[in-house]
Amino acid sequence: MSLDAAVAIDGETRSRVAFSDAALAMILQLREQHGPLMFHQSGGCCDGSSPMCYPAGDFITGDSDVLLGVFDLSAEGAAAERADAGGHDPDRIEFWMSREQFQYWSHTHLTVDIVKGRGSGFSLEAPEGMRFLIRSDLLTSFD
Amino acid sequence: MTVYAAPGTPDAKVGFKSRYEHWIGGQWVAPVKGQYFEDISPVNGKPFTEVARGTAEDIDAAIDAAEKAFASWGRTSATERAAVLNRVADRIESNLELLAVAETWDNGKPIREPLNADLPLAADHFRYFASVIRAQEGEFTQLDGDNVAYHFHEPLGVVGQIIPWNFPLLMAVWKLAPALAAGNTVVLKPAEQTPASILVLIELLADIIPPGVVNVVNGFGAEAGKPLASSSRIRKIAFTGETTTGRLILQYASQNIIPATLELGGKSPNLFFADVRDAEDSFYSKALEGFTLFAFNQGEVCTCPSRALIQDSIYDGFFADALDRTRAAVQGDPLDTATQVGAQASNDQLEKILSYIDIGRKEGAKLALGGERADLGGDLSEGYYVQPTVFEGTNDLRIFQEEIFGPVVAVARFSDYDDAIRIANDTLYGLGAGVWSRNGNVAYRAGRDIQAGRVWVNNYHAYPAGAAFGGYKSSGIGRENSKLALDHYQQTKNLLVSYSENPLGFF
Repeated sequence: MSLDAAVAIDGETRSRVAFSDAALAMILQLREQHGPLMFHQSGGCCDGSSPMCYPAGDFITGDSDVLLGVFDLSAEGAAAERADAGGHDPDRIEFWMSREQFQYWSHTHLTVDIVKGRGSGFSLEAPEGMRFLIRSDLLTSFD
Repeated sequence: MTVYAAPGTPDAKVGFKSRYEHWIGGQWVAPVKGQYFEDISPVNGKPFTEVARGTAEDIDAAIDAAEKAFASWGRTSATERAAVLNRVADRIESNLELLAVAETWDNGKPIREPLNADLPLAADHFRYFASVIRAQEGEFTQLDGDNVAYHFHEPLGVVGQIIPWNFPLLMAVWKLAPALAAGNTVVLKPAEQTPASILVLIELLADIIPPGVVNVVNGFGAEAGKPLASSSRIRKIAFTGETTTGRLILQYASQNIIPATLELGGKSPNLFFADVRDAEDSFYSKALEGFTLFAFNQGEVCTCPSRALIQDSIYDGFFADALDRTRAAVQGDPLDTATQVGAQASNDQLEKILSYIDIGRKEGAKLALGGERADLGGDLSEGYYVQPTVFEGTNDLRIFQEEIFGPVVAVARFSDYDDAIRIANDTLYGLGAGVWSRNGNVAYRAGRDIQAGRVWVNNYHAYPAGAAFGGYKSSGIGRENSKLALDHYQQTKNLLVSYSENPLGFF
């Protein structure tokens, strides 16, 4: 069981990214604590290659990024707050990756899962003693 | 061979406290919110101490202490500061085994590494910056007969430093030594996986470093790292880690208009040209060791040579010999000086490495060695051990493109020089690289053609002070481990002085 993101890339029909049930439970908890959320996939050393979860809008995305998918949490129970000061929708979670990294990742489907751990970036789940993790599957086509 | 006693047992070289507070203003200070988190040893997967869980309030207190200390530390002479740095180096050396056991217990690395590399390098690093700050001179230019431009080096003020968990002590020292040499004061946030060994060190230095000059606040990135990196009261931020956090830190720095230096890792190629196998001599053995260095520090090195590129004409023979060399690597108790491969630093790191081994298999890379979690039995059964793992494949696979930060190497072949350089540079990163050849011309040209800040020629994983270290491309901004780092911690003050008695004549 998992929650698939809506397709966000023009011309594609298959979802590229999903939340596992365990990850989704943590995301709903973090939404209660921090309000609307977003993800950006990291690369590089230490905690690299791990997905980072931030308050929505905290990480500035731009033309150097690709929006891989958008999660709709409206079926997952009501959020405590309807929106934050920035007007972000708590039922909508965007999942981003840098465009240059996407060139090397584009043939794989990503599932955000969660394991025990600490992380070392600014991702919101770390103080809960848990860390988001990517599990990948090969896909030949996203058409 | 020596097996050091585990902390918590009677003969242990280091006794951790049951709980650590923040180190602020030269003393232990309880976290404002009163919260602590467990520090887990990757050696056995068990908690061994509690560490203060810092928040914005603690960061503010640390910056207060650092600002207060800067008023005097920033005005000390280079002579005085160099003397302090030299005393720090002496103190590290005289506590080598204590610090090594602390580092191994916190991080999981085999103890021969902190004994022979991390800590001797850390001591030398302080001595190096003691030397360069003594030898640093300002500059002046006689612009014409009456006017002189003087250039003075000044410290920046309070700087923030966020330290990674792979070399908790050495990476802290890489950042601390140039900052202190230049006359700055520091608020340092260690990684949440490895918060304890730095606290052991800082307590050892309590009578050497003046109060408030170095302040250590532990905690999680979202709770303590962010308030430090985004504070309008720091004059510079330094970070080692990954790209998304690196961008976030640049974003905060832009909001405060302060400089940031970033070291963000890599996917370093290690090139073996055909002539390395011209003879099966000592040099050939050195090259095979150079291949196996992917498992050094369990692969948890920003410059891990995680892509081995071998020339076609020697591929089969060299690869077979390299596998034999890797099979001989001894994995075991990190406190045993005979151990060559220890534990990964955390459970999430272990899980991430296993997830990459999984995607490597799914993508069709050929697993030649390892590929599993290692169960070392007994007390170590719950520790985070991964077998040294070797994949063969092509450079477009994700295991060739992403930093796994584990003892995993991806091996590919190249046909000729141009093919080697093309593959080596087909990566987002440019931190390290290795070139192995008996032909000096090939080695020189390859070293210049590879887009990376550090290219080791006929060696790998050496980190002597005095050799500049930093990244091209997405691997970051700035240089450490060299006198160039001073530039990241100093302002330039220009005094433009007229020695003429006469009016300018404009008005």
